[in-house]
Amino acid sequence: MAMMRYAEALNLALREEMTRDPSVFLMGEDIGTYGGVFKVSRGLMEEFGEGRVRDTPISEQAMTAMAVTAAMTGTRPVLEIMYADFLPLSLDALINQASIYEYIWNGQVQMPFVLRTQGGGGAGAGAQHSKALDALVAHVPGLQVVAPVTPSDARGLLKSAIRDPRPVIFLEHKLLYNTRGEVDTGAEDLVPIGKARIARAGSDVSILATSKMVIEAEKAADLLAQDGISAEVIDLRSLRPLDVATIQLSVAKTNRAVVVNEGWRFCGYASEIAATIMELCFDDLDAPVERVTLPDMPVPYSEPLESAVLPNAQKICAAAKKTLA
Amino acid sequence: MKNTPSLDDQIEMYRRMILVRRLEERLGALSKEGRTRGPIHRCDGQEAVGIGATAMLTDADYLTSTHRGHAHYIGKGVDVYGITAEILGRSTGLCGGRAGHMLIADAARGMIGGNAIVGAGIPAAAGMALSNQILGNGRVAMCIFGDGAAQTGIWHETMNMAALWKLPVVFVLEHNQFGLTVHSDRQGPVADLSIRAKGYAMPAEIVDGNDAVAVYRATAAMVDRARRGEGPGMIEAKTYRWEGFSTSDMGGYQKPEDIAAWKARDPIEIARAALLPAVGADRLDEIDAAATAEVEQAAERALADPFPEFEPCAFTAAYSEVL
Repeated sequence: MAMMRYAEALNLALREEMTRDPSVFLMGEDIGTYGGVFKVSRGLMEEFGEGRVRDTPISEQAMTAMAVTAAMTGTRPVLEIMYADFLPLSLDALINQASIYEYIWNGQVQMPFVLRTQGGGGAGAGAQHSKALDALVAHVPGLQVVAPVTPSDARGLLKSAIRDPRPVIFLEHKLLYNTRGEVDTGAEDLVPIGKARIARAGSDVSILATSKMVIEAEKAADLLAQDGISAEVIDLRSLRPLDVATIQLSVAKTNRAVVVNEGWRFCGYASEIAATIMELCFDDLDAPVERVTLPDMPVPYSEPLESAVLPNAQKICAAAKKTLA
Repeated sequence: MKNTPSLDDQIEMYRRMILVRRLEERLGALSKEGRTRGPIHRCDGQEAVGIGATAMLTDADYLTSTHRGHAHYIGKGVDVYGITAEILGRSTGLCGGRAGHMLIADAARGMIGGNAIVGAGIPAAAGMALSNQILGNGRVAMCIFGDGAAQTGIWHETMNMAALWKLPVVFVLEHNQFGLTVHSDRQGPVADLSIRAKGYAMPAEIVDGNDAVAVYRATAAMVDRARRGEGPGMIEAKTYRWEGFSTSDMGGYQKPEDIAAWKARDPIEIARAALLPAVGADRLDEIDAAATAEVEQAAERALADPFPEFEPCAFTAAYSEVL
């Protein structure tokens, strides 16, 4: 076991998979010489060479499309899109290309590529560098979407994503890179895509959260405990495919659910989870499912404005209490 | 002359152009009868580009195409019957009826694939070339795209990256003068779009797109260069689209005198005239008849084939339990 930062755990996963499989290569803006804006690829160009760690021009459309077809023809690209806010530039390659070919070409091709990106607010980066656009990619059949919150899951899920034969969108959060956690460096420790993680067991209300919101949900659980409320925190971890069984088991136990996602509310990722709970757990529910999300507006810049809109532990507490009222 | 196709290659290109012409004529008729679905995009008069540009590729090389890809499919060696059955929506089609006429792929032939998002086939080929370079497998990738696609931003991004990284990819611009209904002179300020290659330090050559041998020669030079690791090249093949954009096109925007002038330069007739002294009319007539029969038999066979039955896939499973 080793204590390491989230960014270091990702770096370890990349190094391990590039060592294991020479067809794995990296491309993205500033990932080579500089080691990535968030230092996830630090040292990898020196270790694996410029052929396998490629600094790209600022050409998200083309590089995403190229990653898709490189994956179709024998390599395993790991593409870094610096901010999730830039995903709209990649969407043709994801929605009209990557997501359709295995089906419409009747299984003639597979596309083992990973698109890593990071989103979310709290860093004062403004409206074009702070969004969580999870719903934009999770909406698309044919794309898998994961969002690890712990360093251990970051490594284990990235390794699984790289080995997976199908496209994986790998969502990180800019405020997670410096968080620390135990990583079992002595083991492969692959984390399967499609399994949620029970971050904290509880009996009164289920809080289903994604990415950095899991940390806020755990803080909320601490606060709720002070009021004698036992909250179960589920880290959804795999946004698509969704671990429906874990959600059902939890809601059957607590009869209440709060969904927390940093994206927008309307047609948002939290809405999908809420609808799924309504469909599958209706008889178990003692209260309407609550959503805690960003309001439907751009992320503002100034600290008090941004803090006002981001989901946090206090908002999650209030939502949990509403389900118990 | 260097890169001149052999006589056998020229005969094969002639045969393939006839296959494409007859296939499209048959598809046009089937479309009118309501036996195909959606629009059919024909390339009558442009066959020499798709056939000439692909004739030197091997099955291991990759090709990406457009929504107007019949000549590209046939050029890459894809089976006429498999194409026909796919367009007729049959289970025996190359993609089991899931793809349709614009999106056909045959991975075994390196044809991956048709693409109906204008411009999207361009980075697709460059990505395959990137894979080739990393794997060091000696394969080349080619994209054939139109003058409409040459006005997309992604073409420029891709030309830049391909040249920067010396990717083994060849850009073949099939300049048929129309982006849907709008003439190319109303879509951009330059007539010769390949002058843009200079901005990416990439060699380019303009050729007569109605002469399969000329297309072959110029493209073969770029393919050889790419295969040697010297980087990408571009071909601009000037041609003309005789038919409308698709079977749903109401027409009225193409000048009759232009159509007549280009029909007088039918690529099949140009190829036939070039082959006549060496091969003779009888042999060429035999080739023509055999190609015509092949298309006819493919259509008859495919029309008798069953339609596919819908089966749930991972995507349609409840709550995406599988994927």
